[in-house]
Amino acid sequence: MARMTMIEAVRSAMDVSMGRDDNVVVFGEDVGYFGGVFRATQGLQAKYGKTRCFDAPINESGILGTAIGMAAYGLKPCVEIQFADYMYPAYDQITQEAARIRYRSNGDFTCPIVVRMPTGGGIFGGQTHSQSPEALFTHVCGLKVIVPSNPYDAKGLLIAAIEDPDPVMFLEPKRLYNGPFDGHHEKPVTPWSKHDLGEVPEGHYTIPIGKAEIRRPGDAVTVVAYGTMVHVALAAAEETGIDAEVIDLRSLLPLDLDTIVQSVKKTGRCVVVHEATLTSGFGGEVVSLVQEHCFYHLEAPMVRVTGWDTPYPHAQEWDYFPGPARVGRALKEVMEG
Amino acid sequence: MNEVPHLSLHVPEPAVRPGGQPDFSTVKIAKAGAVPRPAVDVAPEDIRDLAYSIIRVLNRDGEAVGPWAGLLSDEELLTGLRNMMKLRAFDARMLMAQRQGKTSFYMQHLGEEAVSSAFRKALNKGDMNFPTYRQAGLLIADDYPMVEMMNQIYSNEADPLRGRQLPIMYSSKEHGFFTISGNLATQYVQAVGWAMASAIKNDTKIAAAWIGDGSTAESDFHSALVFASTYKAPVILNIVNNQWAISTFQGIARGGSGTFAARGLGFGIPALRVDGNDYLAVYAVAKWAADRARQNLGPTLIEYVTYRVGAHSTSDDPSAYRPKTESEAWPLGDPVLRLKKHLIVRGVWSEERHVQAEAEILDEVIQAQKQAESHGTLHAGGKPSVRDLFEGVYADMPAHIRRQRQKAGF
Ligand SMILES: Cc1ncc(C[n+]2csc(CCOP(=O)(O)OP(=O)(O)O)c2C)c(N)n1
Ligand SMILES: [Mg+2]
Repeated sequence: MARMTMIEAVRSAMDVSMGRDDNVVVFGEDVGYFGGVFRATQGLQAKYGKTRCFDAPINESGILGTAIGMAAYGLKPCVEIQFADYMYPAYDQITQEAARIRYRSNGDFTCPIVVRMPTGGGIFGGQTHSQSPEALFTHVCGLKVIVPSNPYDAKGLLIAAIEDPDPVMFLEPKRLYNGPFDGHHEKPVTPWSKHDLGEVPEGHYTIPIGKAEIRRPGDAVTVVAYGTMVHVALAAAEETGIDAEVIDLRSLLPLDLDTIVQSVKKTGRCVVVHEATLTSGFGGEVVSLVQEHCFYHLEAPMVRVTGWDTPYPHAQEWDYFPGPARVGRALKEVMEG
Repeated sequence: MNEVPHLSLHVPEPAVRPGGQPDFSTVKIAKAGAVPRPAVDVAPEDIRDLAYSIIRVLNRDGEAVGPWAGLLSDEELLTGLRNMMKLRAFDARMLMAQRQGKTSFYMQHLGEEAVSSAFRKALNKGDMNFPTYRQAGLLIADDYPMVEMMNQIYSNEADPLRGRQLPIMYSSKEHGFFTISGNLATQYVQAVGWAMASAIKNDTKIAAAWIGDGSTAESDFHSALVFASTYKAPVILNIVNNQWAISTFQGIARGGSGTFAARGLGFGIPALRVDGNDYLAVYAVAKWAADRARQNLGPTLIEYVTYRVGAHSTSDDPSAYRPKTESEAWPLGDPVLRLKKHLIVRGVWSEERHVQAEAEILDEVIQAQKQAESHGTLHAGGKPSVRDLFEGVYADMPAHIRRQRQKAGF
């Protein structure tokens, strides 16, 4: 076991995977010699050589297109898109190509790729370094979508993603890279080294894709969250004193519906939290499913707490970010409802 | 039986890495004055050489020589020098302000001041630039108020963009400066569309597209070239080759092409390569391209050969990927010092006047900074309203956003 930040855990996952399987290759903008702008691939080129970890030209559709071609050959590319906000040029390759190669060739060709991308705000990155585009992927059949909330999960899930036979979008909440950020931006974040989930095995292990984890058991209300919002929800539960059950989805697609349904049947109330914008966001999907499966157990209308339906602003970042105060208000609202 | 050779992947590498001796011996530099100046209606195939050479006006002795020289008056050159010095002083103050926590982020132009400053002179009022984040010289050279730029950088209560945009992502239609996008290359092709519109409306205005060496790899760059080529759009397609794209050396984007300028040739677009640290050469080439565009002769591609002396941004530390002394070895020198020397050689400038100008400019920048700071900085003083974050998504605020704004308490 070692203490790792989320970046170190992600790096370790790639390192372990490259060490075990020659077919794993890692590339993207600035990921080679430099090791990536967030340093996730630092040292991998030196260790595995520049034909297994290299810089890509700044062309996201090219990165995805070549990854798909390599996967068709038999490699297992794990590529980095420097910020999730820059995946749009690659969207065609992701949605119409990677996602459908297995289906349209009836399994003759497959696409075992992983697309890593830092996601979410909280770093004063403005509208093109803050987005959370997960719902643009969960709307696409054929993709798997993962958003880890801590180093332990990040490593186990990334190794699972690399070993998965299908394309996986792996969104890393950049605000969690150094610690379990809970939305209290005025306070320094506790480093992962002081957190249980910063304890990470050095070797190989996987976490099954599609299994949620209950981060805080509770009886009063179910909070469904993922990524940074898991920590925000935990803080909100603590600060309101409401006995919330906080579910960390970890994987949005496939979704662990059983864990959600069991919890809501117990609590009778449900709040869904994400940083992405509200309209057509992933929360809408969760709320629909809960309505279908738990309608007769619900004691109050469900509530979504999300980013506002605007671009991510620069100066008003903390008015945009759905922090613990807003989540706390939603918890009270469903308790009174 | 023939043995089939095994393949291997070619991954380009820069000549040196940290710890190594900077080496630009492979950068071929034409002598100042050596490259001919063709007529603007020249056939693109007759000037293919210009995509592989470097047009230069200022020689080592600070003299302006050759066919591209002689276009600017003393007065214009002195203003040019002042604009570059202003940009440099502005950068230094804003970099410091970022370090002091007055804003979140900054990107400087150090070493590249001539490109945007001289280019602006070749455009007319009404023309439109589609800039990247490294062309603030377009605004400064057009006398856009520095205090407005600072208000934007500070995201303060007077920020013309109301705190919505990342620092330095300016916008000013009045000054021919299209709103900057954080997504690379998207605007290159938009510039072509703007130019096509001007042609559709039989207007007289032209557009200028801007991109960095690294970003020429994006598909949008190639889209721009094909549209510009097909419709002979009145657009100047600028590539600022400052050798680096964050940590990635220019060879990764350029690949097997000899130069970035040469990318234009396959599209039948005249392509010129110019010394980007030579104010006179940048202006002369930009003017040539602008004249072509205005005479309805179509697009021109220009590669400015320069060097990014500073870090990519305030989030970057270049010593991790290139030798610390690499900028000192850069063979094309410093644009401010080169123009200064030329003006001294011309007999219209002196060391004393330069020192005095530096002090005056610094004072002007500090005054603007004080004024901007009286409206607040990112974390202190006057701020844009939270209401501003909900406005301007649409012309008319739809009900769902109004509800959200009310929920936020505004
Ligand atoms: C579509 C997109 N991909 C990636 C990025 C991240 N990024 C920002 S600047 C940059 C390097 C650009 O280098 P270059 O085009 O040479 O311009 P320079 O910074 O040198 O002026 C990268 C990769 C981005 N902003 N947009
Ligand atoms: Mg560059």
